[in-house]
Amino acid sequence: MIVNGKPVSAAIDARTLLVQFLRETLRLTGTHVGCDTSQCGACVVQVDGRSVKSCTMLAVQAEGAQVTTIEGLAQGGRLHPMQEAFRDHHGVQCGFCTSGIVMSALDLVRRFPDPSEHQIREWLEGNLCRCTGYHNIVKSIAAGAKAMRG
Amino acid sequence: MAKATDGRYLAGGHALLPLLKHRLDHPSDLIDLGAIAELKGMAVAGGMLTIGAMTTHAEVTNSDVVRASIPALADLAAGIGDPQVRNRATLGGSVAGSGPTADYPAALLGLGATIHTDRRQIEADDFFIGTSKPVLGKGEIVIAVAFPVPEKAAYVKFPGLASRYPLAGVFVGKFLNGVRVAVTGAGPCVFRHPDMERALATDFAPGAIEGLRIPVAGLRSDLHASAEYRAHLVGVVARRAVAACG
Ligand SMILES: Cc1cc2nc3c(=O)[nH]c(=O)nc-3n(C[C@H](O)[C@H](O)[C@H](O)COP(=O)(O)OP(=O)(O)OC[C@H]3O[C@@H](n4cnc5c(N)ncnc54)[C@H](O)[C@@H]3O)c2cc1C
Ligand code: FES
Ligand code: FES
Repeated sequence: MIVNGKPVSAAIDARTLLVQFLRETLRLTGTHVGCDTSQCGACVVQVDGRSVKSCTMLAVQAEGAQVTTIEGLAQGGRLHPMQEAFRDHHGVQCGFCTSGIVMSALDLVRRFPDPSEHQIREWLEGNLCRCTGYHNIVKSIAAGAKAMRG
Repeated sequence: MAKATDGRYLAGGHALLPLLKHRLDHPSDLIDLGAIAELKGMAVAGGMLTIGAMTTHAEVTNSDVVRASIPALADLAAGIGDPQVRNRATLGGSVAGSGPTADYPAALLGLGATIHTDRRQIEADDFFIGTSKPVLGKGEIVIAVAFPVPEKAAYVKFPGLASRYPLAGVFVGKFLNGVRVAVTGAGPCVFRHPDMERALATDFAPGAIEGLRIPVAGLRSDLHASAEYRAHLVGVVARRAVAACG
């Protein structure tokens, strides 16, 4: 598979989850695991441009796929506009949920470049945040989407 | 599959992988259906909308073909779980691995769909019969589901807070020759409601089913809702579904 633009391959146990492969084999620990019921969204990454829960997919199911994790967003030492927006609008408190939310938000913006507040809140159904109360996350995503429209 | 002692097909994995993670199922082999092109795609022909088993909920939601033929089905798929679940979970997995609270079975039963497998065709009425014995044979694959295109249809559910699985959901399908009403989430298996179907066949309006009581006996009762509450919800969402048909 291609992870953050670089081809990777490894011999792994067939039962390895994508999130285990990313965190333990590739040491990309920005993707988190927050639950064992596929409900929290801390593990969200993009596989072929779609946001998915990497805790609920086997690594072998991503064979040949393009995988993007939070580590793959910044370019040339500059944060991605969506990351920048989370910093500017205090969308982060403890940060545990943040990488999953940013990866999920980018899928929203792909479909709806100018999402309404309602669309943003609906889209976050699968991302739990225990700290922020979502208010600043919603603001951050709206600002990130605006910055991405240029 | 023939060689596996206790194999399972892997579709979107959003029911199966959580089970495996909790060690609640111990298959000898997993067979990924992801690469089989014949299990994908959506098309309308002869008054039927046919959707391949490996089509994800997101693909159904965003499909112009589904929107134009049975918009209620696109809306139903859009209300399942969350965006990441919808990007992976499939129609086939929702039918073959369907629990009593799944959304899709309401559409299959409420539209009188036909399930195509690698061996035969099974009517929804014969598939969702609520026995613990699986209807699918060992190694049988769901290939596609064919939905008759109705005059009007709508699905309304009252979602549970944590997962969006319905506490009660009702799919209403209005055809030239009658009305079908399917209830999910409330009983041990999705079921039809013949009294509502008769009442709506004579007068297709929310008021026509206003007074109909749903028997409480046999309904689910759990930490989310009592059987009495579910019986009440069935009436409420059924009237909303009829109203949503316009
Ligand atoms: C967080 C979360 C929230 C959810 N919320 C909802 C909800 O609100 N409403 C709802 O209805 N569902 C919900 N679901 C369930 C989801 O919609 C799917 O029903 C479920 O994931 C099964 O589909 P799958 O493609 O993932 O199947 P898998 O998990 O891959 O398979 C499920 C079972 O079906 C068998 N199977 C799969 N495909 C076939 C086939 N083509 N032929 C024969 N056998 C097959 C498998 O062997 C397995 O036993 C939710 C799931 C999660 C994780
Ligand atoms: S770790 Fe919670 S959804 Fe993946
Ligand atoms: S910032 Fe702590 S969980 Fe979201």
